[in-house]
Amino acid sequence: MCATCGCDAEGKVTMHEPGHQHEHDHGHQHDHSHDHHRKVVDVEKDVLHQNDLLAERNRGYFDAKNILALNLVSSPGSGKTALLERTLTDLKGQLQFCVIEGDQQTTNDADRIHATGTKVVQINTGKGCHLDAHMVLHAVQGIKPAENSVLFIENVGNLVCPAMFDLGEKERVVIISVTEGDDKPLKYPDMFYSSTLCIINKTDLLPYVPFDMEKVKINAKKVNHKLEIIELSCTNGEGLDRWYDWLKSKVLVPETV
Amino acid sequence: MHELSIVLSIIDIAQQQAIKEDAAVIEEIEIDIGCLSTVEMNAFDFAWQQAVKETMLEKAERKINRINGKARCSGCEVFFPLKNLYDACPKCGEHLIDIVEGKELRVRSLIVS
Repeated sequence: MCATCGCDAEGKVTMHEPGHQHEHDHGHQHDHSHDHHRKVVDVEKDVLHQNDLLAERNRGYFDAKNILALNLVSSPGSGKTALLERTLTDLKGQLQFCVIEGDQQTTNDADRIHATGTKVVQINTGKGCHLDAHMVLHAVQGIKPAENSVLFIENVGNLVCPAMFDLGEKERVVIISVTEGDDKPLKYPDMFYSSTLCIINKTDLLPYVPFDMEKVKINAKKVNHKLEIIELSCTNGEGLDRWYDWLKSKVLVPETV
Repeated sequence: MHELSIVLSIIDIAQQQAIKEDAAVIEEIEIDIGCLSTVEMNAFDFAWQQAVKETMLEKAERKINRINGKARCSGCEVFFPLKNLYDACPKCGEHLIDIVEGKELRVRSLIVS
């Protein structure tokens, strides 16, 4: 597993928490003796078994603490961080948030989130093209999200690789913007297939781009007929209320005895 | 290039199993890769060649079973082959489909010695 995220090996994945240092390392050693009989061994194991186990472990932790974990995925530049900045500012005092930021390099996004007064940890994947459950596990250990809070996990900007890796999230939210092609759901179907909500961002730019809103919705529904769709603009605020209503509807009210 | 992560996971699974069997070498590995599993085979082959070096899989023969996509239409309940995630049901033309095969990604078996 460590080979997947590189966490032990050469320190390629790093975590940054404003005002906090966190280090960990653990090695693997295998000793074995040899006995040379040819043998067929049934394995029957999913390749992502280890990731999926850790994802379930994360999910169990989130469920126990009533944390709503959302995995935000998109191509680079579709406005994930802007959506978070806006959401964290507008809903301050109504919901409690914390954020895990995933990028190959820099703490720029974590710094932007930190500026809103929200608890944030940055994962730098080095050359890695996606977050996995192991990285999120370590990030959660560092950030310790509060009970009954919302945890946003902003994945690496990439519409391909993150689709395969369950992080233990409750919902996966795919974001596209109107400056991208309206055939994007067909070109990158796996991400739309595995998501539950699609946000179409930057609707304020619709008059300037050849983006067919109806066509993108039809294309997205072709790939995933259960997908919910919300159109919004983080710049002029149009449609944000629908996103906030969706978010609030997903936050479970803790049961009182 | 998530294929490298996938290859590394396969190597982990295979080596752990081989060590459990007290084996020195993995002679053969059989893997199921569904055609809808988001694995790009050229990238997979490239990652494989590099990643198996100096592992127990270095000389292993690789048997890959490609499993074709299959879906069930939840509208008219027919099963049909699915090539792309956006394909429509050939009977009713709707996209109300559930994938039943083609997403597999698993290590089936090894031959070790």
